[in-house]
Order: sequence, then structure tokens, then C-alpha cells
Amino acid sequence: MTEFIQHIVNGLSFGAIYALIALGYTMVYGILQFINFAHGDIFMIGAYIGYYAGNALGLNDHPSIWGFFVVLLLSMVTSGVIGFLVEFLAYRPLRKAPRINVLITAVGVSLFFEFGAQMLFGANPKAFPHLVDVSKSFYIGGVQIDSMELVVFTVTILLMLALEFVLYRTKVGKAMRAVSHDHNVALLLGIPVNMIISITFVLGSAMAAAAGILVGMSYPKLEPLMGVMFGLKAFVAAVFGGIGNVRGAVVGALIMGVSEQLIVSYGVPTFRDAFAFALLIVVLIFRPKGLFGKTLAEKV
Amino acid sequence: MSVTQKSYFTWSIAIFLGVLFSEVLYPGLNGYYQGILMVAGVNIMLATSLTLINGFTGQFSLGHAGFMAVGGYTCASLTIYLLPKLGLSPLGIGFFYAAALIAGGIVSGICGYLVGLPSLRLKGDYLAIVTLGFGEIIRVIFLNVDAIGGARGLTGIQNFTNQRWIVACTLICCFIMFRILGTNQGRGMQAVREDEVAAEAMGVNTTSTKVGAFVMSSFFAGVTGGLYAHYYGYLNPSTFGFMKSFEVIVIIVLGGLGSVSGSILAAIALTILPEALRPLQEITKVDFRMILYSLVLILFMLLKPNGLLGRHEISYYWKKFRRSKT
Repeated sequence: MTEFIQHIVNGLSFGAIYALIALGYTMVYGILQFINFAHGDIFMIGAYIGYYAGNALGLNDHPSIWGFFVVLLLSMVTSGVIGFLVEFLAYRPLRKAPRINVLITAVGVSLFFEFGAQMLFGANPKAFPHLVDVSKSFYIGGVQIDSMELVVFTVTILLMLALEFVLYRTKVGKAMRAVSHDHNVALLLGIPVNMIISITFVLGSAMAAAAGILVGMSYPKLEPLMGVMFGLKAFVAAVFGGIGNVRGAVVGALIMGVSEQLIVSYGVPTFRDAFAFALLIVVLIFRPKGLFGKTLAEKV
Repeated sequence: MSVTQKSYFTWSIAIFLGVLFSEVLYPGLNGYYQGILMVAGVNIMLATSLTLINGFTGQFSLGHAGFMAVGGYTCASLTIYLLPKLGLSPLGIGFFYAAALIAGGIVSGICGYLVGLPSLRLKGDYLAIVTLGFGEIIRVIFLNVDAIGGARGLTGIQNFTNQRWIVACTLICCFIMFRILGTNQGRGMQAVREDEVAAEAMGVNTTSTKVGAFVMSSFFAGVTGGLYAHYYGYLNPSTFGFMKSFEVIVIIVLGGLGSVSGSILAAIALTILPEALRPLQEITKVDFRMILYSLVLILFMLLKPNGLLGRHEISYYWKKFRRSKT
């Protein structure tokens, strides 16, 4: 039983990271109805920024909690800017284009990042620096909780609360929800739709960057293609929770993290990557709107 | 000349050129150019077959490499495990190989049927992800089955594929893709692409049209996989990753979604281009080909979203050109 709870805890910490990425997918989908394929790569870029910033600040030799926050903030801001640029340069000119064109562009942007990163950062895996001292472990009734997992939980919970605040307690959040209902009506009511879309991309990218740093710290190996699998799985989590639904994405991601962990521990570890896609196909066939999604009637 | 006569004429020329190519031209080339041409043939088949789904029917599949893998592994397993037990004559081996290619295509087509089914409920982005997921699942399965090599890859495949096989299969594939546009199925596909609801209202069976497109396309991808396997003599699951599917997507987008001749031209161009860029790559020491691919893709979507030929065949532009002269 203790072992089982242990796996659940580990799975939750994995799921929390998925959740941070899934939020970006689900917010962009909610507002533009399209899958931002490049999102997983922004996550990768966030991790690399963390790598360079952490090494530049010399945190590997002197880990400190403040340094960690500086790196986190730096990576989130830079990735936010990159997210803004991607939207501005690649997606905005296609606002009126058929969706398939936007989709192809998104795939193109994603590949551009992946191979640009291979050129810029090198294709070999890099070891992420230790930002904070995470050698301690805590025990609660026999269940071991690493301090790394504590960091993951703390950061994700704080970020999600911040996002929740922005979405439901501020004017910007209200505008975002309005735009996701109807672009044209929002425009008529004086909401700067393009700016709101940009803000959505910036927020999503910043979240993904934070996830990148957390992954870098937990599994200290960076590769230019690391964003593909994480991105796809986070997307599956977002679909599972009901895409466009922010809280659903978090629940879906947590379930996904836990079930992956259980598959690895009790089932066949090599099929771990296939599980996410199998889950996706099953969800899409039997309940395409996901756990908490709304069904929309198709307009002719 | 009537339309039918014209078509006979065009295709006899194509067959003549094909024979000329495989019997006279090809043996005279050195191995490096031969290799490029074989890959070009494989890419033409992949591109024209994917055009059926992504171009004519307006669905979006990102799992073409998965179908190719299914066909390749099926065909290769047949020739490795079944062929030696039969003790056939050389001619019999040729027939067996043809049958194995078709069998690979059929198994791949069955997979296409299974993948096509969700396309009834899913649109655009979702379908893209499901097909992508299918490709990944296939890859993971092949990685874990030891009888077909697992992660080591499948070795010991005999090199049955020569230029004649490639030319013949490419011609057949192109012929079917060109001609399907005029059939009821083909027109149904185009109707589904333009407006699914309207197509259904006009009596097009959208279900069977979409699934049919998937089955047909994956059949040819499977055959191509078989040819590919017996050309290189080696299969590895990592060959059939997301990147392989993506290369095909780049080809058909560049050629113009929905244009068979555009896909053919783009397939040839994009096979030769990376090789032509090789000297440049050796100077800069960086593999920037994929970056170039992705940039080309983005720029095309922004500036010329219809690709080189748009939805028209090359004959359309030829006619237009002739008309403008007179």
C-alpha cells in the first residue's frame, strides 16, 4: 500500500509538470481553436534558457533558492517574449486563413525550433545545473517525498493560483474569456482582441518555460527534441480534461501523470509512450469533448 | 483527339519514358545518382498517396510513415520467413515478391481503415494528432517485438527492389491518383474537402469517402514501405518516426495540396535539393536542411498558401500558357 501511494505521489509530481504545459495548449485552443504545435518546443527553449542562466549565475556550485527564482523568472519572461513573437510573426497573418494552413504553419514553427535548437545548442544532451539543494527527503508515514517534488508542487500550485487569479479576477482575464466566447462580439465591445490573444500566448509560454525548468531540475538531461514527447502528452492531457477548459487540463494532466507512473511500475515500461496516444484515441472516440468539456453544435 | 485518346497518348508516353529510364538511362548512371533516383521514386509514391488524404479529401494525416512501416515490416517478414520455405524458381520469387508487396499494402490498408474510422468524428487538428499518435504507437510496437528485430532493426532482407520495380510501382501509383479524380469516389472526396455538410446534403457518403481515402492512401504507403525495405535491405523503427511523415507533408504542401503533378515535381525537387546542398553543408558544418524545410513551409503558408501548383495539375498551366500565346 505504501508503495502504491509512493507511485501516486511520484505520478502527481509528473502530472503537475504536464499540467503546466497543458494549460498553454488549452488556453490557446480556447481562444483560437487551434493546436499550437510549437508549444512543446517553447517548453524545451525554456529549459535551455534555464540551463544557460543557471550556469551563468554559477548556481551549480552555490545552489540558492533566490537564484532559482531569478532563473525561473528570466526563463519565463524570455519564453513569453518568444511566444509573443511566434504568434505575431507566424499565426497572426493567418487569422483568416483556413485552419489547415495554420496547422501546417504550427508544425513548421515547431520543427524550426527543434532544428534551430539542435544547431544553436548542439544535438548532444546537456546536464541541467543544480539550482537549489534538493538532496533532502521527507517521510510521511513511510512515503518518501523528495524535496525536488516539493519544489515542483510548490511552484506549480503557485503558478496555477496566479493563473486562476488572472483568468477569473482581473479585467484581462475577463477579456480573455470573452474573446474565447466570440471574437467579433468581443471586438464590438471594445476588447483589443489581438492584444488579448498575444497575452494568452505569453502566459501559456511562460507556464511552459516554468515546466521546462522543473523538468530540467527533476530529470537533469536536456535535449533539443525533449519538447516533442512532453508537448504531445500534455496535449493529450488537455484533450482528456476537455480542451479549452483550464481546470479540466489540470485534472487531466494529473490523471495522466499518475497513470503513466502506474504503467511504468506495474505494467510494461516500454509501452509508456504508447499509452498516452492510446488514451487519446479512446477519449476522442468515446468522449471527444473530454472529461469537462462542452459539446458545441456545429454551425452550418 | 478525344479526351480518352489524349489520356491513352499521355500514358503511353509516360510508360515509354519509364521503360527508357529504367532500361537505358538508369544503368548508365553511377551508384550515387542511382540511389537519389530510387529515393525520388519512393518519395513520389509517398507524396502522391498522401495527396489523396491531405489534398483531395481535405483531412490531415501526420502518420504516413506509420503506414509505410506497417507495409515494410509485413512485406519484409514475408520474404524473410515464408519465402525460403517455398523453394521457388527465380520467376516464382518475382511473383512472390509482388504478392508480398500487395500483402504489405493490404495490411497497411487495414490499419488505414482503423485510423480512418475516428476521422469520422474528428476534424483537422484532432485528426492530425490521432494519426500522429498512430504512427508513434506503431513505432513503439515495432520497437518491442523481438521477432522482427526490435530496436536493433530488421536485417537480412534481400535486395529485390531494382529500378524496374520502382518505376512500375511509381507509374501505377501516379496513374491511379491521376485517374481517381474523375471517378465518383474522387469527386466525392473533393466535395468532402470543400464542404462536408454540403457534400452530405448532396448525397455523398462522407463516411465511406473518408475511410476509403485512408485505406487507399495507406495501401500505397504500405507498398512503398515494402519497396523501401527491399531496396535498403534493412528496416529500423526509428526511420519511421514523425520526421518521415513530416518530410512527406512538406513535399505535398510545397507542390500544392490537391495537385498530383505538383506532388511529383516537389518530391523530385525535395529529394535532389538536400543532396545539392550537401557541399554547402560541408562548408558550414551544420545540418541546416531541416531548418530550411521548416522555414520554407512557414513562408509558403504565409506568402503562397496554395503551394507551387495550387489545386491544379500541370496540364492546366500548360493549356493556360498556350491560350495566352494565341
